Amino acid sequence: MSDKRSLSFLSRCRRSRSFVVGGIMTLFLLICAVISLFWTPGSAYNIVITNRFLPSSADHWLGTDQFGRDIASMLMTGTQNSIVVAVVAVSIGLFIGVSLGLLAAARRGWTEEIIMRFSDFSFAFPAILSAIMLTAILGPGGVNSILAIGLYNIPVFARLTRGSANAIWTREFVMAARASGKGRFRITFEHILPNILSIIIVQATILFAIAILAEAALSYLGLGTQPPEPSWGRMLNEAQTLMFLDPMQAIYPGLAIAIAVFGLNLLGDGLRDVLDPRLSRKR
Amino acid sequence: MTLLSVKNLTVTLDTNDGSARAVRNLTFALEKGETLGIVGESGCGKSMAALALMGLLPSISRTTGRIDLDGKNLLEKTEAEMCQIRGNRMAMIFQEPMTSLNPVHTVGRQIMEPLRLHTGMSEGDAHQEAIRLLDRVGIPNPKARIDNYPHQLSGGQRQRVMIAIALSCKPHILIADEPTTALDVTIQDQILELIQTLVREDGMALILISHDLGVISENTGKILVMYGGATVEAGKTDKIFEELVHPYTQGLFAAMPKLGRSRTTRLITIPGTVPDLISLPTGCTFTDRCPLATEICRETPPPVVEVKTQHFVACHHLEEARARKTEELFS
Repeated sequence: MSDKRSLSFLSRCRRSRSFVVGGIMTLFLLICAVISLFWTPGSAYNIVITNRFLPSSADHWLGTDQFGRDIASMLMTGTQNSIVVAVVAVSIGLFIGVSLGLLAAARRGWTEEIIMRFSDFSFAFPAILSAIMLTAILGPGGVNSILAIGLYNIPVFARLTRGSANAIWTREFVMAARASGKGRFRITFEHILPNILSIIIVQATILFAIAILAEAALSYLGLGTQPPEPSWGRMLNEAQTLMFLDPMQAIYPGLAIAIAVFGLNLLGDGLRDVLDPRLSRKR
Repeated sequence: MTLLSVKNLTVTLDTNDGSARAVRNLTFALEKGETLGIVGESGCGKSMAALALMGLLPSISRTTGRIDLDGKNLLEKTEAEMCQIRGNRMAMIFQEPMTSLNPVHTVGRQIMEPLRLHTGMSEGDAHQEAIRLLDRVGIPNPKARIDNYPHQLSGGQRQRVMIAIALSCKPHILIADEPTTALDVTIQDQILELIQTLVREDGMALILISHDLGVISENTGKILVMYGGATVEAGKTDKIFEELVHPYTQGLFAAMPKLGRSRTTRLITIPGTVPDLISLPTGCTFTDRCPLATEICRETPPPVVEVKTQHFVACHHLEEARARKTEELFS
């Protein structure tokens, strides 16, 4: 029985082209990040001024920057950094936001009102602006940029969760569950959460992409990851002044960001196709 | 002691257009092993009454009166206390078996949940009990079916699962709200038969809610006819079917399709539509559609008269209503 189910799940995954392409792109990034933990083609940290602005070669796959650091290695190590920031930031938003959303839907009344007005309030500030504000107050750095991005994710998850949870609360099987003596807490975890999980997962992948983008933006502004840790955003920033001297230096990190964001968005779309119960029930 | 005693139960819904009295002064008593049918057309308050008994009304509603279960008023209980009663002492079966089961859990899990919640059974015992219950409600091969998801079952089978869930903790009262409306007629018979058998075996009291006089007459010992939230006629089933008194009950009976009529015969209908609960007359709720209605009907609530032993009718024009032959009033 469970074999049949997982098989049809896999075949659904294969059938969704965006899931396959997005999955491969995301997997590629993950592999890069993992490999960079113990091996990089060159050094992402060593400054060798004599080696600066080298073109692509066997030693330096993507050439070197103005300090003679290996660009390929910096990109790989930067992947690590981007993924860590995105995972932690999305997790913060996911746990707090989903809990708040579930609470709002279960309690209704003034609890819901307070949570939702709080979300509206935080939505009123543009995300990147509030992140800049936060890092300006707390000081620039990796941890603070994670915090800023995570905080921005909370209301996004809270709203989504509350909206979909409210829709499930009106369903008949929830009424049936109440009639069998289950309290709001039990119903939330046994009936509401499993039914909105796919929506949350899809949203998480998309916010993951946005978090990577936000991290790059903050680093570009000098508020995120601090040197000497390599980061895609800062690589872009440093390459900016050298645009006409060595354009590839800006193109490579830009490409990395594009691959990450595009891949994750595709994966999110694909997951939606795969997990959507209405589509899966047809088969 | 009376198992369930309902006195002057009134449910008011505070809507944007004003307050609607969905149930007004509902009064009845139910003993162990008795079956009560509540009949009326859509919107007459029968489902609202059922939800009020379970304490599951939406938050915009106000409930007054008394619902005494074993002498204790349910309306004074806290939500946590009600959770111990629901599914345990009183269980409910809903109209739509298609949507009353959670699509993401197996039916076995959904039967086991109330068992573990109310009886504190271990996982293994609950599993055994769930298989036994599935077998009891007539699902073939219960050992395999227990791992099925709701979409793998037919409508009739799903309703059987709902019955298994409702019966799992051996409730004293089973409320079945239009349990067969969403099923086709052959399955309808099987399901009603099943409910009857199980209720009799366990000595439960049954409240069967339906818009179908036929279903009610075959399956219940007592009847309550509701219109516009109010009880218009009540009593023993056989007494009522001996003589339908209230004009509304007569209309309901006349409107039933009958076999053996020629194709050109039109169905008899009760003129008008279901009343707007917000602007009901203060007197008899049926005034606007009743062929016998006079000014007094609109202003004064009709007295409840026991026309025969165990047969109560609330109507101002009893004599006139009884003088007519059934079907005469509306044809």
